[in-house]
Amino acid sequence: MSADSLLTPAQRDDLRAIAGVIIPASAEFDVPGADDPAIQADILATLGRDTSLVREALDELARLAGRQPLASLDPARREAVALELRAKGGAAVGTLTRVVVQCYYRDDRVVRSLGLEPRPPYPKGYVLEDGDWSLLDPVRARPPMWRRT
Amino acid sequence: MNDSVDVLIIGAGASGAAVAWSLADTRMHILCLEQGGWMNPANYPSTGRDWEARAFGDYSPSPNIRARPEDYPINDDNSPIKVVNFNGVGGGTVMYTAHFPRMHPSDFRVKRLDGVAEDWPIDYDTLVPFFEENDRMMGVSGLAGDPGVPPRNPPMPPLPLGRSGTMLGKAVNRLGWHWWPSDTTVATVDYEGRSRCINLGHCTPACAAGAKASTDITYWPAARRSGVELRTHCRVREITTNEHGMAAGVVYYDADGVEQFQAAEVVVLACNGVGTPRLLLNSASGRFPNGLANSTGLVGKNLMFHPYAQVYGYVAEETDSNRAPPTCLWSKEFYETDRSRGFVRGYTFQFGRGVGPVVEAVASEAKGLLPWGTGHHTAFRRLNGHRLGLSAICEDLPEEHNRVTLDPVLKDSHDIPAPRIDYRIGENTARMMEHGIARAKEILAAAEATDICVNSPILYGGWHLLGTARMGTDPARSVVNEWGRSHDVKNLFIVDGSLFVTSGGVNPTSTIQALALYIADQMKQRLANLFD
Repeated sequence: MSADSLLTPAQRDDLRAIAGVIIPASAEFDVPGADDPAIQADILATLGRDTSLVREALDELARLAGRQPLASLDPARREAVALELRAKGGAAVGTLTRVVVQCYYRDDRVVRSLGLEPRPPYPKGYVLEDGDWSLLDPVRARPPMWRRT
Repeated sequence: MNDSVDVLIIGAGASGAAVAWSLADTRMHILCLEQGGWMNPANYPSTGRDWEARAFGDYSPSPNIRARPEDYPINDDNSPIKVVNFNGVGGGTVMYTAHFPRMHPSDFRVKRLDGVAEDWPIDYDTLVPFFEENDRMMGVSGLAGDPGVPPRNPPMPPLPLGRSGTMLGKAVNRLGWHWWPSDTTVATVDYEGRSRCINLGHCTPACAAGAKASTDITYWPAARRSGVELRTHCRVREITTNEHGMAAGVVYYDADGVEQFQAAEVVVLACNGVGTPRLLLNSASGRFPNGLANSTGLVGKNLMFHPYAQVYGYVAEETDSNRAPPTCLWSKEFYETDRSRGFVRGYTFQFGRGVGPVVEAVASEAKGLLPWGTGHHTAFRRLNGHRLGLSAICEDLPEEHNRVTLDPVLKDSHDIPAPRIDYRIGENTARMMEHGIARAKEILAAAEATDICVNSPILYGGWHLLGTARMGTDPARSVVNEWGRSHDVKNLFIVDGSLFVTSGGVNPTSTIQALALYIADQMKQRLANLFD
C-alpha cells in the first residue's frame, strides 16, 4: 500500500497546507513553496516508515484547527494554528517537519537557488581546497604534550 | 551437521576481521559467522538524491530506527545516550566517520597516574607494532609531527585543510591551543586497490567510492584469500559448553532461519561492547547460571560510551559544508589530566566541516533558528553552508551501574532476548563536558561564529561501546586475561571494545583493531598450550 493511500484526502490537503506555511514560495529567491505539487508528490511517495507519525501530527493539526481544513482558515488563523502545532513539538511534529524539509531541500529548483548542483554526491564528488598549511607552524613548534608513562 | 572448525569468530566488523586476517597464516580452519550480509556500495546513500534523508531511515545509525533485518533491537530507554551501530560485513566500520586517533600512553595507566578506575594489563608500547600494522591494513592518512600524540607515520598524506579547517586552525591559533589534521581512514591517494577520496562528503553512512576504509574492503578480501570462511546472515543465539566447561560451539540461525550447531575448538567474540555481553548472558547454562565467562558478575557492567558535547555556530564565510569528509582536525589541548580544571582525565576535540542542506534545515528548525513562514528563506541562506562545529569526545570512566543486561520482554526477529542499557553520565564526565562546551564556545567566538548551538550529550551518539567484558590479570576483577582469553572458559576469547578497561578520550576503532591483532598474535605464539 502506498503512503499516498495511507493518508486521507483531508490529511493530504492539510499536509499540503501546513507545508506551505512552513516554507512558503518566495518570489525574491525564485523558489516554490513546500506546497508545490512536485514536492508534495515526493513527500507522499517517500513517507514510508514516517507515515504513522506524520498521521499523528496531522491529527493534532486537525484538532487545533477545529476540524476545519487548514487551507480554509484565514491567513492569521492558519498561522496561529501552525505556530501552536510547532510549539507542541514532540516526535510526531518533528517528523512532519522533517519530511517536508527533506523533500523541499532536494527539489532541483530549490537546490539550484542555493547555488548548488542538483545531483547526488556520487560519482562526481566535489573539490576540497588544500587550505593554508602555514597555520600549523606555531603548533609544530610546541614541545610534546602527551604524558609519558 | 557442520564440520567442526578450529576457530570460530562471531562478528565480521572491526575486530573480527582483524583477528581473522591475522590468524589466517596459521592455516587453521577459521570460520566467521556474521548476522548481516555483504554491503553493496551501489546502494549507499550518496548515490541517490535522497542521500541525506536516508540517515533518518534505512541508514540511520540507530538500529532501532534503521530496523534492517540484520539489526537487533536495543532497549536504551534508560540512557541519555542511544546506542548506534551497524550490522553487516564490516560492522561499525561501514558506518563511522573514519576518525582514527589512537589511545594515548596515559590512557593505559589511569590508576597510577590519576588515581581513578584501574590500569590496563598492557601498555601503549605493547600495542605500537599492532597500531602500525593496522594503520597499514586499514590505510590511514595523516600528518606526522603532531606534538599532541606519540610519534607515528601514517602511510598516506592528510586530508586537505579546506576552508573549514583553515578557519578553525586560525581560530585555535588565536587562543594558542593545539590542533592538528586528524588521522583518518579516508584514502587520500590510491591505496591497496582503493581509490582516493573524491569528496562525496557523506562518509559516515558508508562510502560509495570505497575511499573510506571499512573491513569489508580492507581486511576481509585478504582474509578470504588466505582461506578464512565467512558465513553471512547467520545470527548466533548462544555459545554452548561441554562437560569440561570448555566452549563446544555455537547455536545459530542460518540465512533461512534454520537452527544450526557449529562446533569449534576455539570461539572468539567480536560482537562489540553490547553484542558480546548480550551473547555471553544469553549463553547461561546449568554450569554457568549467570552467563558464560561471568563468574565475577562483571559481564555487561562498566559500559562506557564517550559522551559527546557538540557545539556549533555560523560564520559569514562559506565553509566546506557537506562537500568534503566530515573528518577534519583534532585538538589534544585538553586531553591529559590537569586537576585545576575540576576533573581528571580529558577529551579530544573533533572538528567538523559542516553539513548538507537537509540536515541543516532539520537541525536549525529544531533549534529555533529557522522560522516557519516569512523569513524562512533568508534565514536558511544565512545558515546553510556556513556552519562550523566541534565535539568534545569525553573520557567515560567505568562505573558498574552502567551496564548491559538482557531485556525481560524485548526480543529480536529470532526470538533471542535483546539487550537493555542502563546508563547515566558520571560526575567527572559531566564536569568534563561542561569544560568542553565552554572551550568550544571560545573557539567558535575566535572564529567569529554566531548563533551558537549545543547538543550535550549527542542523543544518538553511542557509537563507542566499551568496557563490558574487560581485560585484566586478576580473575576477580576482570572477564578475560591480559591476552583476551576468558578466565573461566579457556578456549573462549574476546577481541572487541568490551575489553577496554577504561575508554580514553578518542574514537576507539584504531585501538580496538590493534588489540585484536595483539590478541591474535598472542594466540599464535601460544598455540601449543593455548588452553593451559
